[in-house]
Amino acid sequence: MADTRLRRFEWAPVRGVWRHELALFRRYWPSSSFASTVEPTIYLLAFGFGFGSLLGHVAGYRYVDFVGTGVVATAALFTSVFPGMFNTYVRRVYQHSYEAVLAAPVDVHELVAGEASWIAVKSGMFSCVPLLVAMLFGLHPAAGMLAVPLFTTLTAVGFALFGVWASTVVPSINSFDYVITGILTPLFLVAGTFFPISGLPAWARTAAHVNPLYHCVELVRHAVFGFHPLADLGHLGTLALFAAVMAVLAVRGMRRRLID
Amino acid sequence: MADLPAITLRDVVKRYRDKDGSQITAVDGLTLDVPAGVCLGLLGPNGAGKSTTMRMLTAQSRADEGEITVLGHPVPAEAKEARALMGVVPQTDNLDEELTVRQNLEVFAHLYRLPRAGRRRAVERALEIAQLTGRARTRVVNLSGGMRRRLLVARGLVHSPRLVLLDEPTVGLDPQVRADLWGLIAGLRDEGTTVLMSTHYIEEAERLADACALMSGGRIVAQGTPGELIAHHAGDSVEEHHGPPDRLAEIEALVRRAGLPTRRTGPTVSVLRAEHIPPSLADALGNGDRVVRRAASLEDVFVVLTGENVG
Repeated sequence: MADTRLRRFEWAPVRGVWRHELALFRRYWPSSSFASTVEPTIYLLAFGFGFGSLLGHVAGYRYVDFVGTGVVATAALFTSVFPGMFNTYVRRVYQHSYEAVLAAPVDVHELVAGEASWIAVKSGMFSCVPLLVAMLFGLHPAAGMLAVPLFTTLTAVGFALFGVWASTVVPSINSFDYVITGILTPLFLVAGTFFPISGLPAWARTAAHVNPLYHCVELVRHAVFGFHPLADLGHLGTLALFAAVMAVLAVRGMRRRLID
Repeated sequence: MADLPAITLRDVVKRYRDKDGSQITAVDGLTLDVPAGVCLGLLGPNGAGKSTTMRMLTAQSRADEGEITVLGHPVPAEAKEARALMGVVPQTDNLDEELTVRQNLEVFAHLYRLPRAGRRRAVERALEIAQLTGRARTRVVNLSGGMRRRLLVARGLVHSPRLVLLDEPTVGLDPQVRADLWGLIAGLRDEGTTVLMSTHYIEEAERLADACALMSGGRIVAQGTPGELIAHHAGDSVEEHHGPPDRLAEIEALVRRAGLPTRRTGPTVSVLRAEHIPPSLADALGNGDRVVRRAASLEDVFVVLTGENVG
């Protein structure tokens, strides 16, 4: 290439990372799509119809609708944070792929942007599947649903970056168990997905409000059942702030691990 | 611009902190120029600082002291610009095994910002260089070790770089594959591409390098063409004495008293600059069946200057 000054952030490396991911996705889309879509659907069916038959209505919604909208957020969590953690760790530690990428005109923040954006877009799309399944079971379509992929993608950006950061903190791949059990499981449970947080003790309600997943759950429910403009701006702002903080941490962590 | 060295390192120092907290100086005041259009062999034993030096040139390792310039760009300040103009062939095989040969090259064609129109042609050219055109659709996991190594080289050349860094390009390869790669590297050199090749294989440096820089303990201990290095540090000829340990120790003491360098390899003491052995010393050393005289080699220089035998 010609000898020209390059900008601090360029899209070419992001496109290169996407090209790599797309080639892998073409090969593995059946298995990765199966896991990403069927698992949340099972949650929806199990909780929606299992508990739904006992509960009927929760917080003013049919329980199957309540869970159907909530599971969208958990799908966004799991389909972003796990690739963020495991793919990044394996590529950095075992495959040494990032050493090759960083020998090209690519900086760490561009590499992280490429990896996180791919995971987020894929996760943002996959996590809408439970909504489609819920519609098959009686959830009424709404115009606001069109905004759901944006909310799930924004959520997935934050959690993908969280996963990337976590991959730079753990001393070994086995240590992800601490992250999963100690952080992700509580986030998953205290987000208003399967039960409303209003029934929780005050400290748990406070904790839920700093849980990014809760804000995603609220946004998805509001998109389906009616927006609350001011509150939703707050939810969006919280998710954007989460993504921004995680971006700083992920880039710092990767730089510390990849540049000595 | 044409007269500027492709790579300049000035008083470069790189220190690491070991797991026990102690400090290791991997590169210790390294000063080196790699002229444009030259194939320079960076020769040294394991742990000499070769790979750290290579990593510093791509800014994957940051120097604690000193200045580095690559193709006119100060590193790390303009490392991205420098990396755009150079190709790197790492010691570690970090190809993506799940992708095909072509896909591996296409990803890097994107990363090197090749324009859409030239991308396909560049990939085809890289496939031809690596003699992998017929394997373009094969997944890397199904390639032989030699093919994978050729693909690694092709990946580093996909954007037709002005400078190529080869880090131990043939380490662990069988002789046939090594010969194939030597042909490939010789082709690069003949085209006028600047090549910096780290290696601890003497034969590799002798065959391919226009000039060699010998590294030991994180610094350059000698530099020149192979012929110059041999003439300066080992002379014209070497006399090898074989015998029991006591006799070898006696020979070493005698030769050192005469001011000539020696090297010890197993049951052999080699006297360098053997053409300068005075008659009195020659008598003392003897001239029996257990003495062999041969031409001095780069290996002799390597051993004398680094204190290490060739692995």
